[in-house]
Amino acid sequence: MLFRLAWATLSRHRSRTLLAVLGVAVSAAMLLDMVMLSSGMRASFRELLLTRGFQLRLAPKGTLPFDTDATIPKVSEALRTLRAMPDVATVSPVLGGQLHVEVAGRVITAATIGADPLVQGDYEVVTGRAPAAPNELVASDDFLRVSGLHVGDTLSAAAGYDPQLRSFAGRRTLTVVGRAHFLYMAAGQLVVSVPLATLQDMQGSRARDRASLVMIKARDGASVESVLQRIKSALPSVSAVSIETAMLQVDKRLSYFRQLAFILGAVSLAVGFLLVTTLVTVSVNERLGEIVVMRAIGVVRGRIVLQIVLESVAIMVVGALCGLGLGLATARYLDSILSSFPGLPAAMHFFVFEPRDAWTALGLLTGAGILAGIYPSWRGASLPIAVTMREEAVA
Amino acid sequence: MSDAIVLAASDLRREYHMGEELVHAVRGVTLEVTRGDYVAIVGPSGCGKSTMLNLLGGIDRPSGGTVTINGSRIDGMRDAEATRFRLHNIGFVFQRFYLMPALTAIENVELPMAEAKMNAEDRVHRARELLAYVGLGARRDHRPAQLSGGEQQRVAIARALANRPQILLADEPTGELDAKTGADMIALLAQVNRDGTTIIVVTHDEDLAGAAKRVVHMRDGVVVDDHRQDSR
Repeated sequence: MLFRLAWATLSRHRSRTLLAVLGVAVSAAMLLDMVMLSSGMRASFRELLLTRGFQLRLAPKGTLPFDTDATIPKVSEALRTLRAMPDVATVSPVLGGQLHVEVAGRVITAATIGADPLVQGDYEVVTGRAPAAPNELVASDDFLRVSGLHVGDTLSAAAGYDPQLRSFAGRRTLTVVGRAHFLYMAAGQLVVSVPLATLQDMQGSRARDRASLVMIKARDGASVESVLQRIKSALPSVSAVSIETAMLQVDKRLSYFRQLAFILGAVSLAVGFLLVTTLVTVSVNERLGEIVVMRAIGVVRGRIVLQIVLESVAIMVVGALCGLGLGLATARYLDSILSSFPGLPAAMHFFVFEPRDAWTALGLLTGAGILAGIYPSWRGASLPIAVTMREEAVA
Repeated sequence: MSDAIVLAASDLRREYHMGEELVHAVRGVTLEVTRGDYVAIVGPSGCGKSTMLNLLGGIDRPSGGTVTINGSRIDGMRDAEATRFRLHNIGFVFQRFYLMPALTAIENVELPMAEAKMNAEDRVHRARELLAYVGLGARRDHRPAQLSGGEQQRVAIARALANRPQILLADEPTGELDAKTGADMIALLAQVNRDGTTIIVVTHDEDLAGAAKRVVHMRDGVVVDDHRQDSR
């Protein structure tokens, strides 16, 4: 009967209830988006780092991977040390650089990854194959589109430009053997990958026996943290970071987004709360006579409080469910805007939906619904019966 | 209190402030009502009769004196206790009906029974019986807005009788009804009384007062006359 009465009361003013539900839906959508934003970037970045299963990364001392142009010297020595460690399963050195490709009289500059094709963790071959010889490369869709080249074509490339000598350190004729999807690159970026030794050689003496980054996969069952500690003690001249360390850095750098998400989420929750409090207060004021008569005929205060709180929670929950769809749609749109920010990996997302986010938003809104109903319900249930009936009769 | 006395008020007083002025709405009224009686409280507007009814029904607290119903003092009960007591022992009928507009007639009648935790099947059965008793068996699924004033008051009476109270308190039950409908209501209340419910009614309606077994006249918060009417 309690549910029936609450539902019947809400149905009595359908348009008003509908407007309130829509208002809550907008508020819920905003809240869901902010909950997704606050955890989404972190989850997305973590997922990105773990895409190929590499849990550890080595970078030049005092830097983060690809944070600067600095490189790790004597990398072959470091690789030997790493490969000798029993808990290290895979070691993948990476050198970053640029290739200048001459195509039909124009020069195209492409970001270039020098990696060991057998153990690399930077790209996935979409068509063709990975490089198997020193003069082979794989390229991104955008590079192939801009250059007009196809798998099987050859190209003339140069690397290691010296501005003082105005010359390149190395030139090669390379063959495109595959089209690849590069995991950490921004959308639209022109990227190619050649074997590590090829890029080291083309970049000349400054890149000899150097790598920008070394990615490491621990053996199954091994403790990543203990592998990290062993690497740190064996290779004190490099920075070793685990996913967790990287995530801490990400947390620091993206704290602005989380604060923004928290503030906007709190604002949307407050708006929803005030909207429902106002609506339910108005509704209670309109039916003071009914409420005191319920008490007169024997309905206890607690039941009246519960009925009014139910009305409030019902508006919040229905609004939140409607807001879920709206929130997902707006999140997708906002994500497409933010993800196209220059320099960000295309695979990086700001809004990542996880069922936990929806439950969090629903829980917060339900809590706000309960709080929103408490004031008007307690006010209604506390009215003196005889006095209120007299005032109602006079009114 | 004798077994025959279902309600007793002793030296009942009610004062309240209206702005700066202290109003003595009820001044030391003593009243005993026996089981099965039908009492009409009459008097000019502002004489304290509705206040008196509220005090007898436990929906207002007296400034002094006592109210005892079926041997239980209700004037000192805590709110929750008084509410429970009203649910099981007192039926209320108001001048403006005060049905729940969102509920149908049968749901309105079910409301006190649901509060008394009667199971759904039993309460629907009883609500149907009661609506048939007040002549509205065919209109049980109508909402108050779809019923006439007289029909709404009949639903209110059915609601008041839902938990089989011993006492029915009615405040101007014919006040919003036309003469014909009012006469029907008077007949219905008389029937309810004949069927065993003690009724105390506050009214300006001479016909309604004329149907009662006993008439209590109030003026300025005191009882000035209390007499039985013959052949009722």
